[in-house]
Amino acid sequence: MDEQDLKLDGNAAAGLFRELFAFELTTARGRCDNCGAVAEVGAVAVYANAPGSVLRCPQCESVLMRIVSNGGRYWLDVRGISWLEIRA
Amino acid sequence: MKLPGRALSRITWQLGEVAELVDETPRVKTLILEVPDWPGHRAGQHVDVRLTAEDGYQAQRSYSIASAPEDERLAITVERLDDGEVSPYLAEELVVGDKLELRGPIGGYFVWETEQGGPLLLVGGGSGVVPLVAMLRHRAASGAKVPTRLLYSARSLEEVIYRDELDRLATEDDGLEVLYALTREQPQGWTGYARRVDDQILREVAYPSGEGVAFVCGPTRFVETVADGLVAVGYAPEQVRTERFGPTGG
Repeated sequence: MDEQDLKLDGNAAAGLFRELFAFELTTARGRCDNCGAVAEVGAVAVYANAPGSVLRCPQCESVLMRIVSNGGRYWLDVRGISWLEIRA
Repeated sequence: MKLPGRALSRITWQLGEVAELVDETPRVKTLILEVPDWPGHRAGQHVDVRLTAEDGYQAQRSYSIASAPEDERLAITVERLDDGEVSPYLAEELVVGDKLELRGPIGGYFVWETEQGGPLLLVGGGSGVVPLVAMLRHRAASGAKVPTRLLYSARSLEEVIYRDELDRLATEDDGLEVLYALTREQPQGWTGYARRVDDQILREVAYPSGEGVAFVCGPTRFVETVADGLVAVGYAPEQVRTERFGPTGG
């Protein structure tokens, strides 16, 4: 197994997002702060084999978001995303 | 409190009771569940299933919903992975009447509803066919006439899940074509595809460039190959929705 086999997509983080957000996040669009690519969250790469989940840009592979949860607390690092457009 | 717009209610774990177990293939079983207060789902969504050991250790996995939104009971289809933590229990130990902890429905990106139209191209590898079959069941139950093709890659005919139902749906419905690619073993006289899905197969199966939507589900490498191939034969990346099953799906 190599790194490519570990690559999932935004669907794999959908349950985690539902714990945190009142709107469906996998259909939200976000902009990669590194390369400017815009994609729906469902289409970004997700690596869930770390202690948390790491979301990466499908174009340039920069880290978009890191989410770690433990004992009822969540840590969100979203500095890789310029903006998120969430459809209410 | 009523939330505005499409706000979702808080997701919580709930118990479903196993009402029926269906052997699909030697390694694949469908669990039909009674879930009180199930809020309904859309074709392509999944549920999370959580098992708790006596010492409190928990393991959680996602499973695509196999049933149509129109069906009375919720069905998930589980492939047994021998070194898995969850799937051997679900596929072998579980009996009718057992309770299962689950939450859902989850996801919105890999979803097809009849209003989205088509033509609809579905490409599944192995148990990646499950959410695609939910879409086909939804299409059939709603009487939609959207032209649809399913390309289903499996190792052998014996490993094709829902085979009787797929063949029946394809026979009854002029708008639906089901094509198989058997990658390892083919029965004598097999006239379908006898290799892994490649650009040539996609060129033959895909709708003319720019038409409709495509959903691709399966192991990561399969999904990448097919998604790249569809773009190579003329689909725009935005027309191709993907769902990857990881190696830890067990």
